[in-house]
Amino acid sequence: MILHSGVGSILRIKKHPIIDFKDQKKISFCFNKKKLDGFEGDTIASALHAAGVKILTKSLKYDRPRGFFCGIGKCSSCLMRVNGVPNVRTCIAPLMKGINVEMQDKLPDLPDAEFKSNAKQTIKIDILVIGAGPAGLCAAIEGAKQGAKILLVDENQCVGGQLVKQTHKFFGSKHERAGTRGIEIAKELENELKEFEKNDKIKLMLDSTVIGYYEGDKKNQHKFGVVKRENYESKLYEVNCKAVVFACGAMENMLLFPGNDLPGVYGAGAVQTLMNVYGVKPGERVIMVGAGNVGLIVSYQLLQAGIDVDRVVEAAPNIGGYHVHAAKLRRCGVPIQTSHSIKEVYGDEKVEGAVIVKLDQNWQPIKGSEEKVSCDTVCLAVGLTPSIRLLSQMGVYLEFIPEAGGYVALHDDFMQTSVKGVYVAGDSSGIEEASTAMIEGKIAGLSAAILLGHKKNQNLLKQYVNELDQLRAGPFGEKPRIAKEKITKLMEKRHVRI
Amino acid sequence: MYEYERTGILSTKDLKLPSKKQFEKGVAILECIQEIPCNPCVDSCPVKAISMKDINAPPINDFDKCIGCTKCVGICPGLAIFVAKIKDGKALITLPYEFLPVPKVGDNVKALDRTGNIKGKALVKKVLKIGKTMVITIEVDEKLAMDIRNIRVDS
Repeated sequence: MILHSGVGSILRIKKHPIIDFKDQKKISFCFNKKKLDGFEGDTIASALHAAGVKILTKSLKYDRPRGFFCGIGKCSSCLMRVNGVPNVRTCIAPLMKGINVEMQDKLPDLPDAEFKSNAKQTIKIDILVIGAGPAGLCAAIEGAKQGAKILLVDENQCVGGQLVKQTHKFFGSKHERAGTRGIEIAKELENELKEFEKNDKIKLMLDSTVIGYYEGDKKNQHKFGVVKRENYESKLYEVNCKAVVFACGAMENMLLFPGNDLPGVYGAGAVQTLMNVYGVKPGERVIMVGAGNVGLIVSYQLLQAGIDVDRVVEAAPNIGGYHVHAAKLRRCGVPIQTSHSIKEVYGDEKVEGAVIVKLDQNWQPIKGSEEKVSCDTVCLAVGLTPSIRLLSQMGVYLEFIPEAGGYVALHDDFMQTSVKGVYVAGDSSGIEEASTAMIEGKIAGLSAAILLGHKKNQNLLKQYVNELDQLRAGPFGEKPRIAKEKITKLMEKRHVRI
Repeated sequence: MYEYERTGILSTKDLKLPSKKQFEKGVAILECIQEIPCNPCVDSCPVKAISMKDINAPPINDFDKCIGCTKCVGICPGLAIFVAKIKDGKALITLPYEFLPVPKVGDNVKALDRTGNIKGKALVKKVLKIGKTMVITIEVDEKLAMDIRNIRVDS
């Protein structure tokens, strides 16, 4: 393992055409008894990565080295012990001065250190919004505009969800802030949020996880347990609300091939987070798997960060993402190989290369077409799966909708699920993109406020639904269109539980 | 399936081409031919040359109306608009650029085609900044007007 100062590291991005990485304050911490440096604003995993530490954990059975994969707190492959507290998701846990980070030795001990205080605090609120990404932020802001009191909870140390790493300009129309970069949209929404925070319309809880749904005290009331992390310790909150909006996002899909667990095989979104949020290069030479919009956009952003993209491989015979994104990459000289896939990744404790193989018409590997390509990073951009676990625990009706990316909660046009007062929005209601997530968030926030007795603003609701329909009207909107049609049709067949 | 859906590269056959006269005054070439929900180019056009049936329709540039002002180049979220103008045997190409280092007026840079191949040298004539997108005008040989779509600047 090469250890170097994580601050002056070659993996730190010094200059960037789009993002201004400001000089951050240097802070020291301890990793496996060695002193390392990171920046204020880093997560533990980003600081470790910059310092050359890619192995964060070992597999329980075979002791295989593991690095992080999703980079957004969803996949559990970055769990470490911090200040004695085990199972800390280091990809979202903020780096703090003087902390002691250790690799967990097999199964962790029972986390006594985590719960120093067992005092529970109770919060009463009109609407709980879970997730402060594009959908959740818009739901919270819309609900607050209508006069409802909102609690907005997010697991990360900042709001914005995946917007904070989207350095490209968004498509759509003026209504969806077309032409504005995702990182700027995140700031605009954060500023709007701050206005509502000032007059107590919205209360924001960061570094917090909604852990479960419980029997409410009264009819039409929902009760949730929320754990807030402070200094890696946890504090329990009981939240009682009349309505809840689930905007929990999604997690990246894994692909099956030998070596897919080697440190250096990352989700494309994880790589985007690492380089665009924390200014850390994932590596020097990348193979991208998947030529949908995520794969194409992240490849281009890798080039902008000064990282070499060897190629993009895509199993389908055609490029799935927008041609304009593919063209941007091609004119920089990056090949896109359709009907190609990754056969295996090789390397000793880290990615050292991959074997790329050509596929026939039936998507089967063609013998003898294997090509060994050396690289230190393999990025997987092979789709996302909606995060629905909490909805599942609540007992809302779920269905497997392939076009939505997996199991999703059935919901009506106004984003209400089969349980009264429970709404969904964004990727957790079916995989799509940020522009539509923002509109779904507005619809969910507005619907929830109307349910609570705030002014029934039918025209605004109609306007949002129309905007959504327009964005989905083209050929690229076919998949979400089919998904949503299936979802609402199945929903009509079921009675809404009250 | 169209060839560009497999390769990511448009050929001039996929595009509406300006006449010689239209090339001489300079017009925007919209290399955006799929139906995607996006319309900022329409809003950015000061002479309403760019139009769209609905938000998903590909944009159409009326070359007779287009004044080659290059405003749309820095606006297009897909970085898919280029302005080409032919004058005295040279082509002036205005393109979007989001990399470092940023070239200066008078610099000689490498001229790349749609596959990223180096086709020759380009002289930088103008450098504008629209937000974080650089809008750069280069001069190349006349016959490369529809080929050059990127530059490489050696640091």
